[in-house]
Amino acid sequence: MTDVPSLVLIAGPEQVLAERAAASAIDALRAADPQAELIRLDAASYEAGELQLHASPSLFGGSKIVLVRDLDEAREELIADVVDVAAAGLVDATLIVQHKGGARGKKALDAMKKAGARVIDAPAIKSDRDKSAFVTNEFRVGRRKIEPDAVRALLEAVGKDLRELASACRQLIDDTEGVITAEVVERYHGGKVDATGFRVADAAVGGNAPEALRLLRHALASGLDPVPIVAVLASQLRQIARVATAGRGSSAALAKELGMAPWQVDRARRDAKGWDGDRLGRAIQAVAAADFDVKGGGRDPVYAVERVVLTIAAERQG
Amino acid sequence: MTTPTAPGGVWRDVVGQEDAVATLTAAVADPARMTHAWLLTGPPGSGRSMAARSFAAALECPRGGCGECHECHTVLDGSHADVTVMATEGLSIQVKDARALAELAQSRPAVGPWRVIIIEDADRLTERAADALLKALEEPVPRTVWLLCAPSLEDVIVTIRSRSRHVRLRTPSVEAVAALLVRRDGIEERLASYAARAAQSHVGLARRLATDDAARQRRRSTVLLAGRIHTLGDAMSAAAELASLAGEESSASGAERDAAEKAKLMEQLGADPTARTQPPHVRSQLSALEKEQKTRATRFGRDVIDRSLVDLLSFYRDALVVRAGNAVPLINADLAAEVEQLARARTSEQLLTSMDTIGTARERIEANVPPLLALEAMAIGLRAPAGR
Ligand SMILES: [Zn+2]
Repeated sequence: MTDVPSLVLIAGPEQVLAERAAASAIDALRAADPQAELIRLDAASYEAGELQLHASPSLFGGSKIVLVRDLDEAREELIADVVDVAAAGLVDATLIVQHKGGARGKKALDAMKKAGARVIDAPAIKSDRDKSAFVTNEFRVGRRKIEPDAVRALLEAVGKDLRELASACRQLIDDTEGVITAEVVERYHGGKVDATGFRVADAAVGGNAPEALRLLRHALASGLDPVPIVAVLASQLRQIARVATAGRGSSAALAKELGMAPWQVDRARRDAKGWDGDRLGRAIQAVAAADFDVKGGGRDPVYAVERVVLTIAAERQG
Repeated sequence: MTTPTAPGGVWRDVVGQEDAVATLTAAVADPARMTHAWLLTGPPGSGRSMAARSFAAALECPRGGCGECHECHTVLDGSHADVTVMATEGLSIQVKDARALAELAQSRPAVGPWRVIIIEDADRLTERAADALLKALEEPVPRTVWLLCAPSLEDVIVTIRSRSRHVRLRTPSVEAVAALLVRRDGIEERLASYAARAAQSHVGLARRLATDDAARQRRRSTVLLAGRIHTLGDAMSAAAELASLAGEESSASGAERDAAEKAKLMEQLGADPTARTQPPHVRSQLSALEKEQKTRATRFGRDVIDRSLVDLLSFYRDALVVRAGNAVPLINADLAAEVEQLARARTSEQLLTSMDTIGTARERIEANVPPLLALEAMAIGLRAPAGR
């Protein structure tokens, strides 16, 4: 037997989490009954009564798993049938429903909850804070240690898309051993991690013009595009500005308020020393101008990025 | 055939476009002035597609656009058998759609005197789609007429431009838009006039402002940002707020439409939506659609931000008007006290600099600078001058 109840509701917009939750419920059910029949109902083309048909015991015995995705886009017939089946109960069958959010289909969600459905949340993972927590959790579940710098490198390399991020975590867990450091991440996602971009930004924001310029030359010579360098400059300065103007409070509280990871807050706090509002403001304006230039607004992207790096370092120097 | 007295009948809702309506009604009345392809251009909100539908109705109507008969009604509600409207909702028009239209153009009208094909966003034709239409436009079919709509001539591929007659719509007057809201939508007069002014004569936006409380509230808070940015922290928060507003609007309107378009495509391809994996040709078409939808969402988000910036700009413009002695009406007449306050707090030169700062942000966003970064730089530039 399995501990999966006959009603499972997966609620929330994050598809990676939702698919995982569905897959793990199905795995558990199949572990108990390898012959269990899986039926996928399409929310958009559903015909009234299909669900009842599939949720009733099979003539040949054996259990059934009915998976309904995107209930939030479903036709009224399906929503009504979920209400009906949830109230009536299921025999030898499990109903798994995915709902991304919104008011549509709420009746059915309420009915499932009332009937004691297991509710699994799939909350949106959008901010760096959420993604950072997601990565940390992936490695915790994989019983591996990852350094904060490596988390940062991973987010920067493949953090735009959660699916990609999840598979990168999987790959690191499967293919490496020991503690995962920024160097390991760089080795595996080397083409993408612009660690040099970060070093350039760190030097510029720290007011070290010669070092920033040297690293920048090196980065450009090795083929790094100016566009992501400017993007890194913008995000570093933004974090400093937001943290510096947010006042006191614990890193954790601030991180939550600003949607940043706690390590990003700590870092921004360190970097903020030596800056004031006016100079930070001018630095951010210079980055916006440079971004326009590297996107084709200016004639020479390389000159634009050099200039903004020097401007930032000079503003930091005061 | 009688000529309806413009702008009555079917032209009632085409406001503030006397010249364009005169040209189009003349074509309805006099076959010598008719041509097989028309290009209607006008700024967003000027009522391009309304004008195209009205023209189509006038062509199908036995009385030249009475606005009362079965023909007029069915054209306007989109159910007339001989009038086809291609609306893209902001996606590109693909070559297969263009080919289908070109083929349709060959067939004679079924019930009325004309077969009318309206392309609402001729600026969204891909180059290959435009090529597919060219032949149809080059070799007119006697009873077929094309009505192409676009924001401006420059937005339309030149080969298409040169094969159609151009009719330019202009920005209607505030009074005309307000009157339309009162008559057509039953909006109370004062609210209608506020909405028309605040929307700067964009008909759709004006209607939204007049009917949607939240939209009015959003506009108000956007505009009032002007006087509220003092510190770097204020600037960063204001920028984040403006950027997130756009995100909300675009995801709210997008998700359902995206899903419906996907379902429709699956149906067209005869694909089984329940299948776990789709065959390669279905997959590639689906991923092309998703890419288009993503681009549209980005563009839509940028448009929403741009509209907010136009609103913000109007506030500084009004303060300048006040400083110049109120020679012309304020756009933000409902916020006259706040406008005056800004006018007192800044010199004309500072106001002009602020307007340039907002203009720069619009230009940058248009050039693909991440909106948040462009807005941050702008908000920093809009900080109240020290010592005031
Ligand atoms: Zn009529």
